[in-house]
Amino acid sequence: MSPAAKKRTIYFLISIITFIIIARFVYVSLNANTVYFFSPTDLKNISEKPNGIIRVGGLVKKSSFAENKQKQIYSFVITDLNNDIYVEYKGLLPNLFQEEKGAIVEGKLKDKKFLIGNKILAKHDENYMPPEVADALKKSGKWNKKYD
Amino acid sequence: MFSLLQLKKIFQLGDNFFYWLKIIFLSIIIFGLILSLWVSPKDYLQGETVRIMYVHVPASWLALMIFSAMGLFSIITLIFKIRVFTLYAKSLAPIGFTFSLISVFTGSLWGQPTWGTFWTWDARLTSMLVLVFLYIFYILSWNVIKNFFTAEKISSIVAILGLANIPIIKFSVEWWNTLHQPASIKLTEAPAIHASMLTPLIIMFVGFAFFSLFIFLVRYKSEVLKLKEYNLKKSSK
Repeated sequence: MSPAAKKRTIYFLISIITFIIIARFVYVSLNANTVYFFSPTDLKNISEKPNGIIRVGGLVKKSSFAENKQKQIYSFVITDLNNDIYVEYKGLLPNLFQEEKGAIVEGKLKDKKFLIGNKILAKHDENYMPPEVADALKKSGKWNKKYD
Repeated sequence: MFSLLQLKKIFQLGDNFFYWLKIIFLSIIIFGLILSLWVSPKDYLQGETVRIMYVHVPASWLALMIFSAMGLFSIITLIFKIRVFTLYAKSLAPIGFTFSLISVFTGSLWGQPTWGTFWTWDARLTSMLVLVFLYIFYILSWNVIKNFFTAEKISSIVAILGLANIPIIKFSVEWWNTLHQPASIKLTEAPAIHASMLTPLIIMFVGFAFFSLFIFLVRYKSEVLKLKEYNLKKSSK
């Protein structure tokens, strides 16, 4: 390596180290702020009720879904299997919205257990399979709970 | 091996080579599209929407890989001043940029029916958008700065700084709560995707990779010519 290249390498290594330190700070501060959604347990542990629009995510609790056909209001419970939060929502439901599936509700908290939703996002997981395979797995008893 | 470091080596690849490379990438992509659009089954939850994935995932992978390669080449450029690597990175940039755009647009087409929204500011989507802007900065710094050597320095710095974004994109779905699902294909585990869907995905990826190689070589050739022209103009002044 020529002396000039050596000098550049040293400069480069120093800047990389500085850069990693900066990236580390950014990562730590992002960790504190980049909460796309809260779980019901997170909300329970928060000391004061958050104002404005927040997102709450979890599973739609089994047999909690009900709809008021006349007013087109849906109500259901979002759960993380430890804590629940009651949701009321008026609007369209996404295709993948089902009981016992993941969903994220955007809206305002009325009180700590009750959310008025104005937008619903269905969460999709990383599992992909044809319908026949899903049926076969269910029949043979090999169905993993995480596919639900 | 050392001869690859010489700019003029590219001209040893004849028209025949480019012709066959074109045939290869076209046939792989056509075969992959037939598999993914007609032969492969629909998903048990998403239905037919799953077919968007066969374009979305390979495009995203390549957008990430190409930027990583550009960052690496830029490090070599800045330290060793070997001109081939500068031109490698410069010719790769528009390809990666196109793939990152394809990734974002197909992703939002998939997001609308599945999630219920075209766009949301979760960590994965935001960091991918940052990648699109990094590509734009990189390409702009070549286009705006007229002096070749200044442009080389600035664009390399952009690419190296941008490298930090790559792990953020990759691990965003594990580090934070995101709407985007985690990766289905991991090096350490069995894929969470059925074989009948994995095969077309891999074939599409190989087809896209060959396509990138083809465009890259064509672009690289013209970049070498442009550099020669630039040097001639400068020496004649």
